[in-house]
Amino acid sequence: MKKKLILLFLISLLPLKAFALIEVDITRGNLNPLPLAVSPLSIDDKSKKSFEKILKKENIGSEISTIVENNLRTSGLFNPLSKEAFLQAPDIANLKPRFEDWNLIKAQALITGKVTYIDEKLRVEFRLWDILAAKEMMALAFTTVPSNWRRVGHIISDKVYERLTGEKGYFDTRIIYVAEEGPKTQRKKRLAIMDQDGANNKFLTLGNELVLTPRFNPTSQMVTYLSYFKNLPRVYLLDIETGTQEVVGDFPGMTFAPRFSPDGKKIIMSFAKDGKSDIYTMNLENRLVEKITNHPSIDTSPSYSPNGRFIAFNSDRSGYQQIYVMKSDGSNVKRISFGNGIYGTPVWSPRGDLIAFTKLHKGKFYIGVMRTDGKGERLLTENYYQEAPSWSPNGRVLIFYRETKTNAKGEGFSAKLWSIDLTGYNERLVETQTDASDPSWSSLLSN
Amino acid sequence: MILSKIYKNTLLILAACLVLTACATKKEVATDIQGQMQSDVYTGTDTVEYLADGVPDRVFFATNETILTTASRETLRAQAAWLRKNSSINVVLEGHADERGTREYNLALGERRANSAKDYLMTYGISSDRISVLSYGKERPVDAGSNPLAWSKNRRSVTVKAN
Repeated sequence: MKKKLILLFLISLLPLKAFALIEVDITRGNLNPLPLAVSPLSIDDKSKKSFEKILKKENIGSEISTIVENNLRTSGLFNPLSKEAFLQAPDIANLKPRFEDWNLIKAQALITGKVTYIDEKLRVEFRLWDILAAKEMMALAFTTVPSNWRRVGHIISDKVYERLTGEKGYFDTRIIYVAEEGPKTQRKKRLAIMDQDGANNKFLTLGNELVLTPRFNPTSQMVTYLSYFKNLPRVYLLDIETGTQEVVGDFPGMTFAPRFSPDGKKIIMSFAKDGKSDIYTMNLENRLVEKITNHPSIDTSPSYSPNGRFIAFNSDRSGYQQIYVMKSDGSNVKRISFGNGIYGTPVWSPRGDLIAFTKLHKGKFYIGVMRTDGKGERLLTENYYQEAPSWSPNGRVLIFYRETKTNAKGEGFSAKLWSIDLTGYNERLVETQTDASDPSWSSLLSN
Repeated sequence: MILSKIYKNTLLILAACLVLTACATKKEVATDIQGQMQSDVYTGTDTVEYLADGVPDRVFFATNETILTTASRETLRAQAAWLRKNSSINVVLEGHADERGTREYNLALGERRANSAKDYLMTYGISSDRISVLSYGKERPVDAGSNPLAWSKNRRSVTVKAN
């Protein structure tokens, strides 16, 4: 039951022999995205009618290919070409593309496919073609329940991304965030979850109490967050599927800034008492609490390295907010941020090599990255106010939130989610139904 | 630290010079801000409520600071006197930060500010059993503005009756 989220995909590799001829370099800002064609997935009349009835979508084949197209475009690495220029019908292209036709419209890669309705299931096959080499690069088929059609689009996107860049994708993922409404002085905040592309938005709390900083566990089925339930700010745990909530940081004072350990067995958080904030862990299995830092300063925003051996955190023990790294037992504390300004919210990259952070310098807020020894600082974006970066599971994109400056009357406030590539290019507004903050990116749901 | 104070004083003098030479409408605004802030700490009264006659409910802080100013200590002594007189009343000290900091750090900062006020009340004989502390970080500003005066009003610890 718990594994309902993990779909039972029947993935069968069709006969395939291919060589990576096209390659997309994602380590540099990509100013020339790869032109590719996403042909609408072909669909027979009978299947089309069945899906129309079940999903209320006129042509599920085009809908799925639109998801693929949007994902690839949003990545900034690909330039999906206009369908109006396509010369070949979807069903025929899927059998055997006329490479010279696709070459003519300057497509370097082509995605084709077919959707069928079999035994009340949605079956999708798709192929990735290298136009210049006139070869099939990949062919896969999935079978799943029809309601999973959006996820099929995301999984195809991930497969294409992986095949062309050599790295895992991040499209079959979700974002948990805080949905905000109302005046700035009396914000109503609710936990909300949505697909990475903004679809399937769902509110998880009612907004009766203030909630902040939700973060996924490694399997993305649990969330830890801060709730002001009964006016007692404490760290909570939420099971997304069952909706069960429980307090985990029930200490005699405020607990906040929670995150999971990489194995998901512990929650690391701050506990504030008598003007001191220290970092603690709680083992979720036996509820044992361990004190990790012990300093009269403010120690907060802890984040584990992916191997669990180190913790990056924020402390003002030097007088101002700076980033520190220590061993996971609290020993060997070392300051790593030495640039101008103050630093907060360190978050360890899932690849382990970088730490993302927020920096305030001369009245401007920056999102940046540095190596884990503090060297090689790179600022990716500057704004009036922005903070709280969260990594895509492949460590290539950061999502964060940005707030606007109000006018002299205090009007014009908004909070929105934004994403930016590690390269500093491809900054994008992430559309949400309401104002939004504190985003956390899930792991890949499939694979 | 001293340098920055000299710098701020210079600014105040500069601001005063500007007031003298500025046109009528500008003059009003400049006087307003200057009259309500001293070295980054709010000294005005327009957000202040009263627990009783002559007992203001809040104290204000400088950016990133948790130190009580002379005026804050005076306010807290008045609160302590009022609490001694009304021994059945318990209070919550609500600590706040301005919007120019990361959310998590500001939660800790708000807690530290409220505790700074709590410690002072305790030195004036108020039992810690009667005082609880609640930090809102930057979540509950009183002024929605994005300017130094608004931020100074928001950096505060507010004493609220708990019963």
